[in-house]
Amino acid sequence: MNKRLPLGLGFVLLVLPCSLLVAFTHYPAVKAIINSLWNNASSRRPSRFVGLENYEAMIADDKLMQVLTNSGLYALGTIPAAIFLSVSMALLVNSRFPGTGLMRLSFFLPTMLPLVAVANIWLFFYAPGIGLASQMMNAVGLPTINFLGSTETSLASMMVVAVWKEAGLFMIFYLAALQGVPENLKDAARLEGAGPVRVFFDVIFPLLRPTTIFVAVNALINAFRLIDHIIVMTKGGPDNSSALLLFYIYEVTFRQRDFAYGATLTVLMVALLGALAAFQFWVLDRKTHYQ
Amino acid sequence: MSKSGASLEVRNLHKSWGQVEVLKAVDFDINAGGFLTLLGPSGCGKSTLLRLICGLDEVSGGEILIDGQVVTGKAAAERNLGMVFQNYALFPHMTIEENIAYGLKIRKVPTAEKKKQLDRVADLMALGPLLNRRPGQLSGGQQQRVALARVLVSGRPLVLMDEPLSNLDAKLRVEIRSEIRSLNKKLGITIVYVTHDQSEALSMSDRIVLMNAGEVAQIGTPEELYERPANTFSATFIGTPPTNIIDSSEVEYPADLNIAGGHDVKDCLFGIRPECIGFPTTDKNLRVKARVKSVEYEGKVFLIHLETAAGTSIVQSYSGPSVPQYGEEVTLGWAREHTHMFSKKDGRVITVSR
Repeated sequence: MNKRLPLGLGFVLLVLPCSLLVAFTHYPAVKAIINSLWNNASSRRPSRFVGLENYEAMIADDKLMQVLTNSGLYALGTIPAAIFLSVSMALLVNSRFPGTGLMRLSFFLPTMLPLVAVANIWLFFYAPGIGLASQMMNAVGLPTINFLGSTETSLASMMVVAVWKEAGLFMIFYLAALQGVPENLKDAARLEGAGPVRVFFDVIFPLLRPTTIFVAVNALINAFRLIDHIIVMTKGGPDNSSALLLFYIYEVTFRQRDFAYGATLTVLMVALLGALAAFQFWVLDRKTHYQ
Repeated sequence: MSKSGASLEVRNLHKSWGQVEVLKAVDFDINAGGFLTLLGPSGCGKSTLLRLICGLDEVSGGEILIDGQVVTGKAAAERNLGMVFQNYALFPHMTIEENIAYGLKIRKVPTAEKKKQLDRVADLMALGPLLNRRPGQLSGGQQQRVALARVLVSGRPLVLMDEPLSNLDAKLRVEIRSEIRSLNKKLGITIVYVTHDQSEALSMSDRIVLMNAGEVAQIGTPEELYERPANTFSATFIGTPPTNIIDSSEVEYPADLNIAGGHDVKDCLFGIRPECIGFPTTDKNLRVKARVKSVEYEGKVFLIHLETAAGTSIVQSYSGPSVPQYGEEVTLGWAREHTHMFSKKDGRVITVSR
């Protein structure tokens, strides 16, 4: 049983996974950092080292500020809504009502659908005049709103889609956590005279805190990397009102073919996401485990 | 604020889960300030019974009275009782202080009064230095004390305990056992205690309700249950090692052994406690021949495991000289007054006329 692999064979076996990791993760990451310090090559002049010039341009970029604001608003809007909705759905399907199996399925369905397909469905919903949303508003006498076509409503409309899409997945996490809350803790609180609302806020919700933090951090990360339904539904418009960070990077890099600035923005995004991940692992993890 | 306890009465209580009847016509009562134990093997319905009393589950039939008042339809919180759960059920996200004062907080007890009550029980249960910790930082015994404190802080006259000692090690169990007993006496609160451990029940209770398969097998003081088992279940459940049950056909008994109620000795099972079995001294003794299968040294006594020709196992708890050896065939004997006689038909006790 205690046979040792020859050292040479060990290296050979490691080469394949390592080369994949290097080729698709480490090399691009390093290359992005390097690219962000060089300017773009053109047919007339080669790329040249420019130091932090790209970063200076980034700080002065008004459009980036708008995109970051959008991403921030998007996070602030979707996270509480998704948490509220997913906890409510989890409580509902965790109860003893008949038909909870069907409810679980229907709540989870949006998560299983591909985002591009979902985006197309919602395009129909939002279509001015003929869409479901317009028809419902007309039925109660409200004027038609061009949800995706006006700067005031496009971001909010994107947020509704994201909440609808994400809540089902988060519900699964909450459902698992809810089933892990010991019955006798709820019994103990009930015996002390706590009603159902009190039991929820005093006992159940605090015990769901690790899940809430996990869900919140994931939703936050999603808010910065979301791209699919923006490409399908609004292309960031009108007037960049629904552009998020990753979409902006995509635009800069592949539409405007400004690879140097694209790399700079990518470094910014990786730094942001890295900071979030560090916050989750080091700060919150330590504060949420009671035992 | 040591209030006296409340009496409890359970009348003809039934509970079914769907088609399964888990409690069948349970009746018992306990006086204010008493210590009642619900004893039985796992699955006999004792924990279900406790949940019915405290109002966490609804009864299927019958009545529960606390201090003479019917509480059957009332919510758990309105029954004025406390409960200690098997795994303590401490809230892991609250400090010990918040845990203990949780009920007071819900009932909006004024801060000064809350502080007074908290100090009282923290003092009583020796929890002072632990008040700012969380349950996860406490040992099992300390958590148990917190659970008791949480129940005592409200001054509830009736306290239910669901196997509160089962997660503790043996030494701590004995300590907390006597602690619970002294709280019962000192504060005068009524305690209903659930356990499957017969020695715990014997040592703590004023009264024991022995349960088997959803029915009451016997109710009585510990002495009554030990000395006058009402049926073979009671005889074999109480006592370590349990009572030996031997078919009368295997036993040589004096011809003048009479039983009340016109029963024939041939239709009887004999029950004898291991410590009552010796070797025959007079011809009045009942006797049985058996072969020694093994001998265990227990310190004070030897436990001798024997088997009769018909294959009945017998345990003898023996402390005399010349311990029988493995494989030896011996004649065991015991006095008539130590013999419990049970009907072969239903296992109920038959009174011996002595």
